[in-house]
Amino acid sequence: MNADFTIEELAFQKEVRTFLDNEFPFEFRTKIDANRRLSKKEIIRWQKILYEKGWAAPTWPVEFGGTGWSQVQRHIFATEMGLIGAPEPVPFGMKMVAPVIMEYGTEEQKNRFLPDILESNVWWCQGYSEPNSGSDLASLKTTAVRDGDEYIVNGAKTWNTYGQYADWIFCLVRTDNTVKKQEGISFLLIDMSSPGITLRPIVLLDGHPEVNEVFFDDVRVPVNNIVGEENKGWTYAKLLLTHERSNIAGVPRGKRRLRGLKRIAADTDDGFGNTMLENPRFKNKLAEVEIQLQALEYSELRTLAALSVGKAPGPESSILKIVGTELAQEMDELFVELAAYSCLPFVPEQFEDGFQGVPLGPGNSAYAALNYFNNRKASIYGGSNEIQRNIICKHVLGL
Amino acid sequence: MDFSYTEEQQMLQESVQKFVQKNYEFATRAKIIASENGYSNENWELFAELGWLTVPFCEEDGGFGGSAVDLTVMMDEFGKANLVEPFTPTAILGGGLVSALGEKGQKTELLGPLMEGKLQLACAYAETGSRFNLSNVTTTATVEGDQVRLNGEKINVLNGSNADKLLLVARESGAQTDRNGISIFLVDNDSDGLSIQPYTNVDGKKAAQISFASVSVPLSARLGEAGGALPALEAVIDRATVAVSAEAVGALEALLQKTVEYSKTRKQFGTPIGTFQALQHRMADMFIECQLARSIVIMAAMKLDSTENDVEKSKAVSAAKSRVGKAIEKVGQEAIQIHGGIGMTEELDVGHLFKRVTAIDIQFGNTDYHTARFSSL
Ligand SMILES: Cc1cc2nc3c(=O)[nH]c(=O)nc-3n(C[C@H](O)[C@H](O)[C@H](O)COP(=O)(O)OP(=O)(O)OC[C@H]3O[C@@H](n4cnc5c(N)ncnc54)[C@H](O)[C@@H]3O)c2cc1C
Repeated sequence: MNADFTIEELAFQKEVRTFLDNEFPFEFRTKIDANRRLSKKEIIRWQKILYEKGWAAPTWPVEFGGTGWSQVQRHIFATEMGLIGAPEPVPFGMKMVAPVIMEYGTEEQKNRFLPDILESNVWWCQGYSEPNSGSDLASLKTTAVRDGDEYIVNGAKTWNTYGQYADWIFCLVRTDNTVKKQEGISFLLIDMSSPGITLRPIVLLDGHPEVNEVFFDDVRVPVNNIVGEENKGWTYAKLLLTHERSNIAGVPRGKRRLRGLKRIAADTDDGFGNTMLENPRFKNKLAEVEIQLQALEYSELRTLAALSVGKAPGPESSILKIVGTELAQEMDELFVELAAYSCLPFVPEQFEDGFQGVPLGPGNSAYAALNYFNNRKASIYGGSNEIQRNIICKHVLGL
Repeated sequence: MDFSYTEEQQMLQESVQKFVQKNYEFATRAKIIASENGYSNENWELFAELGWLTVPFCEEDGGFGGSAVDLTVMMDEFGKANLVEPFTPTAILGGGLVSALGEKGQKTELLGPLMEGKLQLACAYAETGSRFNLSNVTTTATVEGDQVRLNGEKINVLNGSNADKLLLVARESGAQTDRNGISIFLVDNDSDGLSIQPYTNVDGKKAAQISFASVSVPLSARLGEAGGALPALEAVIDRATVAVSAEAVGALEALLQKTVEYSKTRKQFGTPIGTFQALQHRMADMFIECQLARSIVIMAAMKLDSTENDVEKSKAVSAAKSRVGKAIEKVGQEAIQIHGGIGMTEELDVGHLFKRVTAIDIQFGNTDYHTARFSSL
């Protein structure tokens, strides 16, 4: 048993590091360290840099312009990116809809959609959840009714992340009301500029309109925008969910944030003449987080090793989702604890692109509470942690 | 032994409940927060009329009696409604310090108008480096003849931008964390050299960061003895700590009740989510947390009203805040989680309650601080 990289893998790691050192824009690093949101334009700029290098799509096969990397190479790349805080591509196109199109789409769809995803020319969003269909996704009610060469779509989707920036949306829609709920669902690609689509921004607890409600009012969609067969959408969606859940552990990001916690703790007075890094209670909490991060990392590596020898991502990925999100939330709390009074000011605009003023509070401490509130989402979305535990009960423990 | 409210306390409770029902709908509250002052002056005048502003004060000062238990009766209801009016900074902190340290003249000048709703106060004690240690003060006060010069910066000044007068905690002598040498001065909000940066806190309440650049006040602006203000400051903050803990208990019970209600109506998989045992047990735990939090806050309030010595009182306060902090974390997070996506939005009162209790968790010292204080006392 060993967890070592091969010589080739180590060389690859070095190549990735050198590339990131040279090519990841310095001003992005500064912004990310200051907890500023990168703009859409900036994310695209970074994606184009990766694209030029041929690394835009680490998980795609070569035939579609991907890297064709092994599991370990992907892991190395994701790790190095995460350690410096480089943004991953917006997942909806690259990681979610693209694999479905590759697997079940027509040649025409592959040619039409994949290159623009690869080059970040077209942005996607995910239209699954509905106001009354969250955890029980299969109960969704948005309908698509065939009318000649078109579907007419009616209904509402919600919690649509970054819908305001998206050019296209991939939706699960009901195309048959007469069968078992999972069997009447289709996977439909819809141009966001279609007449009849309206967005209502939803402001989250951090003051940011990160998600939207999307209304469909007699929206006409060409039938050739359906992926795969009519009424088979549920099967495709499930494939997508396993992709959504991979890489969810967030170990590199966790390591980066742990470094951040230690740095801030060293700069924060505990009020009694020591720094928070010297404060025994806080030190213990940091240690506990670090230990959990190590347990998570090695769990992820074990999963990775299984994937490398061709096993499909199984329900074990639920472990990574649950532990990864809950550990991230624990770190959120530690940032709040360090910031103390300084995280109370609610000034979300100071973390927006283009903010010119002087931020309140030392070292961006006012970000800590915003982030704590916002990241409560992590245990809710992507299959809530309760649903993940149900999966473990059912598929692993046989309960 | 009797844990029931007296008739007077019941009346106080009903009076707050009635007000809240009539004047504190979700949309009304949002409007109040968005207004310039961040609180409703109309409400404030009504508070005065209803006599609520007299509750923290003893009869000698013209108040209702000043019992901590009375205070928790009100704060509990304030918490349920997530009320944003600056009751704690003006009546409990500011008024409390004047009552504890002021001379007769100062009391007459300030407490009367305060209880009539005509005076807003704020207490500037925290600094960037002080964290929760009240004796950690770098803001300086230098006596020059019959004037005092004030220099330094204060953070987290609740109601700081609305206050007519600030109660500034400053050091006249001694090293940074000495218990002796700390005084409190009354500073008018329009004094030269004062710069107030107002902002809204995560819980919708107004606060400010305030710097004092050679602000000059007359010696008579000092409350109490030179350098001897710390014990009174600690006692007042202790009372405020119990008050906001009671507010948190009210808010947590509101969160629990709203969560249980929601779980009975929200259906997934063809059944209310409240039928899932995985969620039921967690709501049972939330209930237990609320009960324990309520118990320990009652304990602390009763101790404050008792003849126990100061150490025992402070210990009880820290026990309450520490334990309530744990309940806040648990109940607050579970309320959001069980609501799912809708709990994450500004559109539901649940999220706002969650943010309020999170702020209370930090205010006057978090769980860790109070646990450590408990064990060191
Ligand atoms: C910030 C954010 C971004 C999102 N982005 C997107 C997006 O881009 N596209 C998209 O389609 N969706 C998105 N979602 C939606 C997300 O997938 C749903 O919120 C999630 O599926 C939960 O659904 P719900 O919010 O309706 O909660 P509900 O399903 O109503 O669940 C409420 C609570 O009940 C629990 N529960 C439900 N069923 C069970 C059970 N059987 N056993 C035990 N507990 C149960 C849940 O875990 C939760 O705690 C996003 C959500 C958030 C918060």
